[in-house]
Amino acid sequence: MEKPVYTLEFEKPLRELTAQLEQLRQQALETGTDLHNEIAGIEVKIEAAQREIYSNLNAWQRVQIARHPRRPYALDYVALICENFEELHGDRQFNDDRALVGGTAFFDGEAVMIIAQQKGRETKEKIARNFGMAQPEGYRKALRLMKTAEKFGLPLLTFIDTPGAYPGIGSEERHVSEAIAVNLREMAMLRVPSVSVVVGEGGSGGALGIGVTDRVVIFENSYYSVISPEGCAAILWKDAGAAPAAAEALKLNADQLEKLGVVDEVIPEPFGGAHNDPTQAAAALRRSLQKHLKELRALEGEKLLEVRYERYRHLGVYEEGGVAHT
Amino acid sequence: MSHFNKPNYSTGTKKKKGIPAGLYTKCPASGEIVFNKELEDNLMVVPKSGYHFPLGARQRIAALFDPETFVEMDAGLRSADPLKFVDLQAYPDRIKKYEKASGLKEAVIGGVGKIHGIPVAVAVMDFRFCGGTLGSACGEKITRVIEAALAQKIPCVIFSASGGARMQEGIYSLMQMAKTSAALGRLAAARLPYISVLTNPTTGGVSASFATLGDVNLAEPGALIAFAGARVIKETTKQTLPAGFQTAEFLLRKGLIDQIVGRHELRDRLRDLLTALYLKKKPAPAA
Repeated sequence: MEKPVYTLEFEKPLRELTAQLEQLRQQALETGTDLHNEIAGIEVKIEAAQREIYSNLNAWQRVQIARHPRRPYALDYVALICENFEELHGDRQFNDDRALVGGTAFFDGEAVMIIAQQKGRETKEKIARNFGMAQPEGYRKALRLMKTAEKFGLPLLTFIDTPGAYPGIGSEERHVSEAIAVNLREMAMLRVPSVSVVVGEGGSGGALGIGVTDRVVIFENSYYSVISPEGCAAILWKDAGAAPAAAEALKLNADQLEKLGVVDEVIPEPFGGAHNDPTQAAAALRRSLQKHLKELRALEGEKLLEVRYERYRHLGVYEEGGVAHT
Repeated sequence: MSHFNKPNYSTGTKKKKGIPAGLYTKCPASGEIVFNKELEDNLMVVPKSGYHFPLGARQRIAALFDPETFVEMDAGLRSADPLKFVDLQAYPDRIKKYEKASGLKEAVIGGVGKIHGIPVAVAVMDFRFCGGTLGSACGEKITRVIEAALAQKIPCVIFSASGGARMQEGIYSLMQMAKTSAALGRLAAARLPYISVLTNPTTGGVSASFATLGDVNLAEPGALIAFAGARVIKETTKQTLPAGFQTAEFLLRKGLIDQIVGRHELRDRLRDLLTALYLKKKPAPAA
């Protein structure tokens, strides 16, 4: 297990306590004094603070964890749970979008098609990956790979992690709306089983563009939302500072999404977030994917499409004749 | 995703039902003064300049179908408040306000009727109701129109006018994009034509789902058609936006839509397109 880093604002008490701990250890080393009891005392305090903080995370704090700079990204999970990933580049029309990648791999020895939104870890890679914001060519590459998966009967695994599709001039000129829309329609009709996992950020239409799958699973601290809390706050509260309130109101956290029937399973994360133990998080993801793929493989062609259609057909709540319907 | 930039009217007095109130309106294109009565009689198109003001869903339906052929569907379907959403206002209060101001129960009206004798299932969005945003009720009504086309084996036409997703319904709003697109997938598999008509404005989640999925995508002159708002793009890219960016004319030039059709020509364009794609043969001239 890596040594945890406490970089988020609400982790400040932990930062302070770890600093104290380091200081004591240093002191013990330098002066040869026995500070055993003092060190143990701080360690107890750290544990208590962790419990206190991480057991009571609010919506906005979870969003911070979903965006944590050390959070495992899609390809980290692919490396941990799949074998022989062969990346397939480009949309064959315009460009190779580095924010949305894909290719063949093996999961439990069986061939699968991977489609993944990927953020960069260091500055250079962040820019190359456009901070995980895909453009039309990314969605069109994803479509191409979905069709390849269908042709060869490979189940589709998609990894969602994006603040949203890129709002740029070129993106509009190449019709990002249409690229996403076509994916929604084609994914609904795809004749192979599909599972998506929300790894970090499920940013609106940009996320949904690879997310119309038979099953949707989500990590405990990931979020999935129609709009970013900041964007929602700016429009409805007329104040971007109201993002924490918007995050609560949007019910964008994993447990709430499960209650709303939008996601099928919440995958538990190590204490404090998946970045504290990516291997453990990956193991939980592997178990979840195994279960869902097994269930889906039991559904034959038409039945698979029928069940998928019904899944999305009944999402939403409205009123008819004075009665609420879902 | 949602952009509540209301269409710019220059009106003499206060606005009512999204239609310029008072006696006259200034044309934003030519600056000429038009009597409102004249505008209303002309489908909200300024006669000389051809500028298209937004048209209410009821007025559009009245102008679109052969007389006495339109049968409305699901008129009683309306928004609930699944998230108990409160921002500066409670969501149900906002809904009540829009109901009162627009005289509508939802941002879309659906039904089946005939255009030049051709049966069509049609959904018409209305921007005046909550910015034409796509909530559960709106998505459900549109999906039922698509399913009606499928059941009756007739073409489908959807008129979009929307600021995008209905934020107050959170993730359910986003899922309406999937729901409507999945229904269009079935319609496409049945080889039934779908014509999308993009009117001012068609943005965000609506543009990224059913509005751009037509076998033919038509747009009204001057319509704003966008995924992301111009302000967001400017802030993100720090670039100057090209002239006419995100207008119907810009999209036509870039090859993203099939035609720009003025409101007065629409019935005939739909007749020709539906005849080609659906009837596949010119009907024999009436004896």
